[in-house]
Amino acid sequence: MSEDAANIATVADSPKPEPQPAVATDMPLLRIDTVAKKFGAFRAVDKLSLDVRAGEFFALLGPSGCGKTTLLRMLAGFETPDEGRILLDGKDIAQVLPHERPVNMMFQNYALFPHLNVRDNIAFGLKRAGMPRSDIKTRVAEMVALVKLDGLEKRKPDQLSGGQKQRVALARSLARRPQVLLLDEPLAALDKKLRESTQLELMELQRRLGMTFIIVTHDQEEAMTMASRIGVMDAGRLQQVATPRELYEAPASRWIAEFVGEVNLFDGQVEPHESNRLTVATRDAGTIFTAEPRHPVAKATVCVAIRPEKIKLSRRGPASDAVNAHAINRLEGVVSDVSYLGGFTTYKVKLDSGAMLRSSMANTARLDVDAYSAGQRVTAWFTPDDCVVLEQ
Amino acid sequence: MSARRIFARPARRAAIAPYVWMALFFLVPFIFVVKISLSQTAIAQPPYLPVFDLTSGAGAIKAAFAALSLDNFRLLLSDDLYVFSYLRSLLVAVVSTSILLLIGYPIAYGMARLPARWQSVAMMLVIVPFWTSFLIRIYAWINILQHDGLLNQILLALHLVSTPVVWLSTDSAMYLGIVYSYLPFMILPLYATLAKIDPALLEAANDLGSSPRQAFWLVTFPLSLPGVGAGVLLCFIPIVGEFVIPDLLAGSDSLMIGQTLWLEFFTNKDWPVASAAAVVLLLLLLAPLLLYDRLQRRQLEAR
Repeated sequence: MSEDAANIATVADSPKPEPQPAVATDMPLLRIDTVAKKFGAFRAVDKLSLDVRAGEFFALLGPSGCGKTTLLRMLAGFETPDEGRILLDGKDIAQVLPHERPVNMMFQNYALFPHLNVRDNIAFGLKRAGMPRSDIKTRVAEMVALVKLDGLEKRKPDQLSGGQKQRVALARSLARRPQVLLLDEPLAALDKKLRESTQLELMELQRRLGMTFIIVTHDQEEAMTMASRIGVMDAGRLQQVATPRELYEAPASRWIAEFVGEVNLFDGQVEPHESNRLTVATRDAGTIFTAEPRHPVAKATVCVAIRPEKIKLSRRGPASDAVNAHAINRLEGVVSDVSYLGGFTTYKVKLDSGAMLRSSMANTARLDVDAYSAGQRVTAWFTPDDCVVLEQ
Repeated sequence: MSARRIFARPARRAAIAPYVWMALFFLVPFIFVVKISLSQTAIAQPPYLPVFDLTSGAGAIKAAFAALSLDNFRLLLSDDLYVFSYLRSLLVAVVSTSILLLIGYPIAYGMARLPARWQSVAMMLVIVPFWTSFLIRIYAWINILQHDGLLNQILLALHLVSTPVVWLSTDSAMYLGIVYSYLPFMILPLYATLAKIDPALLEAANDLGSSPRQAFWLVTFPLSLPGVGAGVLLCFIPIVGEFVIPDLLAGSDSLMIGQTLWLEFFTNKDWPVASAAAVVLLLLLLAPLLLYDRLQRRQLEAR
């Protein structure tokens, strides 16, 4: 909220453990209300609604062309919605011009002003706001310290490394203490190592400032690492809004299950069964027992999703006393491919039905007593709790 | 021998080419001009003295050197005719270049903001006049501007004037001709720099609280200054020495230095004074070039 933003100076000096929970009102800081935007006949954003609470680190995740960038640009004011409202702190800003919004954006390729040095880039927004000169000086110094750019104040952008530019862009967009900071693929231009350390720094910064961040990314790992909640977009709509764990363990659709992480999918039909757990007859993996408590609709076509790390391999199948032997799912097959990736190994198993199954197992012991090799016959097993049943 | 040196050789040889060109076609003729400017006019063939004759022995060459003097330069400075010619040339160049910048900048800016497909069309339109000879285009203007020309006919037909207006042989006609002829030289470098500016920079300026107008003055304009510099130089320098346009379109009461030079050379047959005038003109034009060079160098050093 705005009082959080106004406290940057003190907050920045004394880190506080957790952001203040949103003030107990029904109104979220940002409410996107049935917003639509068309380019010609193409629906970039299709009647989308979303609430973002104050202090959240929210990620918009989706493949390119899904409308996430258009949505971000509407929040910044560079695009005007054809329909719908964008409420910031209760006020509709959908038609407000970009330079009059209390929102700032960090641009994908940073868009640093090449003719201005680091200090003047950071001060740019403050000067436009008519801040007194001495205050600007203090604020710029504060921002420079915040993003650890000390000593580089007089450099021009093309004298900076990629990581330094990224910091200048961040400092510039934070300097005005926006109510919401928008980040458009902020780490896409950095190499892998730097990206990972910068992710952690961004999270740390967001938590210290208690500010609301909305980040757009196509990189699911990045979204999972940083965001407290993720909105997955496709074809101009939000497919699911959830925490990273929910998104991975309880995907709302087949598309999400495939988009986020690796997954094994088996199509089948619901079987009438005595218990109130769903049992699914699949073509490729026989009958699968699931833990879905829904009332079985016999013959309904569904899809069972199992993450590779939930599938264990063994030579003889699980010890029968480990779990309820009756409910365990067992599949027989031959290991066809082994990829050792350090922390874990992924196996491709050719099931007797001819279908392929992926399993990944953590390498918890240094000596490979438990490793399997290609051509070996194995039993793949997983529990009903590991299955997610998705409607088609 | 490393691969790098093998590749570097032809590149280095190519880099010499412009210097050889400059030495052959600028420096050598310029030395002749300087020599003539230090000579005295004479009724002879060639029409000046002394003449260096390498076959006449060391004594004669020494005498020829002794005969050189700065008299012509003293004459240039003492005679108002020349001083006024220089001043008028500078004035015409300053005024024309300013008009060119004021007209050319908005055109280049508009071109840079067109959809990519239309930018090449606009570029063609700017270049199309070059397909016709420069002289023919100036004569076309004479046709339009003369007493019973197209412009007066239209004005009379529309009853905007009752008698034909005198357009030809005025300063306005000359400025019109200069601006018309040099506009592409102003537009093209400006367009080249403006088109290169990343539109995201303007969005960033906008996002940080500047109105579109402020964003123009704070971002677009400063970033277009190299183009402004190039366009101004490309126009200013040749306009100072311009001879054809003022001769054909302006009145004959006051002359630009190019016209004065022509008169001295062809009418008065005074090669030494004409040469001295050319040398001074060149020195005058070196000033803005050096200034531009210094500014660019400072910009590079700042990086």
